[in-house]
Amino acid sequence: MNKPLRRVGLTMMVMVLLLLANLTYVQVINADTYANNPANRRSVMEEYGRQRGQIVSATGTILANSVETKDAQHYLRVYKNGPEYAPVTGYYSSIFGATGIERAEDDVLNGSSSKLFVRRLSDLITGRDPRGGNVQLTVDPKTQDAAYAGMTAKNFSGAVVAIKPSTGEILAMVSTPSFDPNPLASHDNATQRDTITKLDDDPTKPALNRATQETLPPGSTFKLVVASAALANGIDDANTKNLPADPTITLPGTSTTLSNFANETCPEGTNNQVSVSIAIEYSCNTAFSTLAGKVGKDNLIQQAAKFGIGQTDLTVPVPVATSTVGSIPDEAALYQSGIGQRDVKLTPIQDAMVAATIANGGVRMQPQLVKNILAPDMSSISSFSPQEAPGGPALSKDVADQVKAMMLLSEQHTGGAGKQANVKIASKTGTAEHGTDPKNTPPHAWYVAFAPADNPQIAVCVVVENGGDRGLAATGSSVAAGVGRATINAYLAGEADDAHHRAVARRPLPAGSAHRRRRHG
Amino acid sequence: MALPPGVLGAATTHMSAPGSSSPATPTRRGTELALLGFVAGLVALAFVLISENQFQTLKPEVLLYVAVYAALFGLAHLAVRKLAPYADPLILPCASLLNGLSVAMLYRLDTPLAQQALQSGHGYSNAAPKQLIWTALSLAAMVVVLWGVKDHRTLSRYGYTFGLVGLVLLVLPGVLPCSISCVGGAKLWIIIGPVSIQPGEFAKVLIILFVAAFLVSKRDLFTIAGRKVFGLELPRPRDTGPLLIAWAIAILVLMIETELGASLMFFGTVLAMVYLATERSAWVWIGIVLFMGGATLAYKMFIHVQTRVTNWIDPFADAQNDGYQMVQSLFSLGSGGIAGAGLGAGHPELVPVVSSDFIVSAFGEELGFIGLTAMIVVYMMLAMRGLRSGLAVRDTFGKLLAGGLSFLLMWQMFVVIGGISKLIPETGLTAPFLSAGGSSLLASYIMVALLLRISDAARRPQASRPKPQAPIAEASTVLVERPT
Repeated sequence: MNKPLRRVGLTMMVMVLLLLANLTYVQVINADTYANNPANRRSVMEEYGRQRGQIVSATGTILANSVETKDAQHYLRVYKNGPEYAPVTGYYSSIFGATGIERAEDDVLNGSSSKLFVRRLSDLITGRDPRGGNVQLTVDPKTQDAAYAGMTAKNFSGAVVAIKPSTGEILAMVSTPSFDPNPLASHDNATQRDTITKLDDDPTKPALNRATQETLPPGSTFKLVVASAALANGIDDANTKNLPADPTITLPGTSTTLSNFANETCPEGTNNQVSVSIAIEYSCNTAFSTLAGKVGKDNLIQQAAKFGIGQTDLTVPVPVATSTVGSIPDEAALYQSGIGQRDVKLTPIQDAMVAATIANGGVRMQPQLVKNILAPDMSSISSFSPQEAPGGPALSKDVADQVKAMMLLSEQHTGGAGKQANVKIASKTGTAEHGTDPKNTPPHAWYVAFAPADNPQIAVCVVVENGGDRGLAATGSSVAAGVGRATINAYLAGEADDAHHRAVARRPLPAGSAHRRRRHG
Repeated sequence: MALPPGVLGAATTHMSAPGSSSPATPTRRGTELALLGFVAGLVALAFVLISENQFQTLKPEVLLYVAVYAALFGLAHLAVRKLAPYADPLILPCASLLNGLSVAMLYRLDTPLAQQALQSGHGYSNAAPKQLIWTALSLAAMVVVLWGVKDHRTLSRYGYTFGLVGLVLLVLPGVLPCSISCVGGAKLWIIIGPVSIQPGEFAKVLIILFVAAFLVSKRDLFTIAGRKVFGLELPRPRDTGPLLIAWAIAILVLMIETELGASLMFFGTVLAMVYLATERSAWVWIGIVLFMGGATLAYKMFIHVQTRVTNWIDPFADAQNDGYQMVQSLFSLGSGGIAGAGLGAGHPELVPVVSSDFIVSAFGEELGFIGLTAMIVVYMMLAMRGLRSGLAVRDTFGKLLAGGLSFLLMWQMFVVIGGISKLIPETGLTAPFLSAGGSSLLASYIMVALLLRISDAARRPQASRPKPQAPIAEASTVLVERPT
């Protein structure tokens, strides 16, 4: 009976070979097809099963973190003050991907960044699941709170961006109306889908980051760029009065007229002529249109570019939409562009950069949202170092100081809430018409400013869309300035507070601690 | 004390056989112990990896598992040393490796499966401690069989009894009401309170015993040649009766228990044993024809058989419903790739029924192609050592029994792994030693006990060498006293 036993043995070997051949097909040849099949939930689980890093503010408060759950995905992304910080953090959805810092710093947060390599190596040896690194933002919570509160108090739709002029650190970035990113990080797919549908269908576009992604006509705030161009090209200075103060001018080559606000004559004129300084102080349109004509298209575009307008690849590291002065085909278009209308369109962050550059003596610093990349154990891996924007200084120190002086005058004539006697602000307002029927569409209200003027610590840009709560009567000063000043005041007060706290911390322990020790002993 | 010389002499010969009669056969028990130690090390490593990968820490319960596991097989080794000293030294370590990896994998799966149960609002009791308790019971059963069956040939006397009991066990769940016999669409169980057993697992061992005994006694019947067709000597039609009966039983089981796996197991093993007994390939061809007929019949009659075949041809056609399990198994195997995700680092819990029918997918995912190949080789080693015992043992019953048991192990492994990897349609069988479940484990260790017993008989030196008989012519004449 041994012969059939041997044959049965051979049959068994054939069976084993068949299995191994088939397993080779499944696990070696076809492995990637199966592993990368979109229906294979493993890759998503891998990513979402890891503890993603935290996003913290400049002061260390947690804006987004992952908390352990009992379900298969192990960790749930949680956003504290979700709507306030949503334009910064973005969301992190297993279905719809990520936006904001969640997307821009994804490799750090999910632990795959090469910056975390040394830590990952030790994870590999200890067999620990790789944990994500943490991202510390430049955003200052007090400043962000003030900006967000200012915008939401009256249900304004728009954006606030605050930048530290000397470094480019973004101190606040608010976009309203906003949304809560928490339901988009839900482990329940239906919740995610419902939320994204609601956001997409909402006509107020809460998911749009107006601070970085929306370009709007900047109105009179653009006069800062025109004035800079003029002064840089020696066309005028504060003491030469040769711009028209007329309430209305006719655009060259057309019969179209252009008027000052409320059809007023620009004040303080001599022989119906005003200086650049006075034109900024009173925001005279007729003067600035004419000035733009004198500066010329090429000089204007060049100066705008030095401020960063037209840069297509700006990331902070959240991508920023491209601002533009438009094509300016003729003299009339140049006149209209000179007052920030026609095809001039800036993002709020770009307009904040204009103010920050003037504040910083003409040196434009690269704006940045990330202050620090931290290892899972919170040790710093790479920290932010201020960087000048490419292309050299936007303005000479001299020109910057002249524009600053003009902005100080402008602030004196700007109404609105939040003025504090001890805070010296330099600013410029804007009231931008837009739409197909500009005279009957509520304008966008702008306010760009920096303070303290002598030693600028913060530059802000506020835009309130469609007149805010004032409708057709809205102006930059009546709607946007209050929010801007509140933001500035919060930061400067916070700065003072911090200095105070540092001083307190250095003091010896109060007597209370000894008392507590005794009680425990 | 005066003992009859014959008794003393026989005893002396027996006792001194390993040492004195030449050549001495080594017992190889030391080899077995060393291999068991090596296996215990591998299993301990598996547990440590799982604990580290899943919990980032070494859980104390892991050490308890390893200690209990090592102690159990240490005791089993001592029992084998005492009860079957010449048994093949590879059989127990092979079984213990597969068994140990099973407990480790079930331990690994308990956490995610408990989480899944929690989310869907079901209860869950951990499978790993249960499997370890079943391992203890199974090893005890193995020792009892080794102790009770001193000579495997005695089993051949109870062939018909085994056959009858086996048949009853095989059919019993099918005739019982569904409330105590149905689990997940198959009527294979007897559930009494918290205890659920699969009598079919024991039936297959009993039926192998019966078939071996039956074939030994009726062997001549099967070797008588009938007509010759296409160069193949067919048996006489009336001699095909037993095979037809086996086929009919397989179909019956399939019908009343709606279970493909058990009937496939049963019929394939009987066919292999008939071939072993007769050495005639004609039986195999007849068997295959019968199988084809049965399979076609089953396909026509049962929707669930059609579903399984459809899923086999293209599981992705209905990946969310009928094909879901197959697709998830392929994802699991594919994600493991060549080297695997690492024990405790994959997501095998995504495969439905992963702890029983699809546990091999979990091994494929976390140990990869390399690890799964190694496990298949361990199965093959176990079956080959069984066959080798069959080759070496001197009695026909032992050869048939060893051949049948070895083939069954291999055949079941082939059907299970072939099923989860889309080589053949999926049948819903458990992988011997690997799947969660007491009946399967208990039956597997009874088979191990029988293989140990046969291999012990095969390698044991003859108690007394047959004395050279003097030719009759040289025998002295005996003076027979004349009756008075």
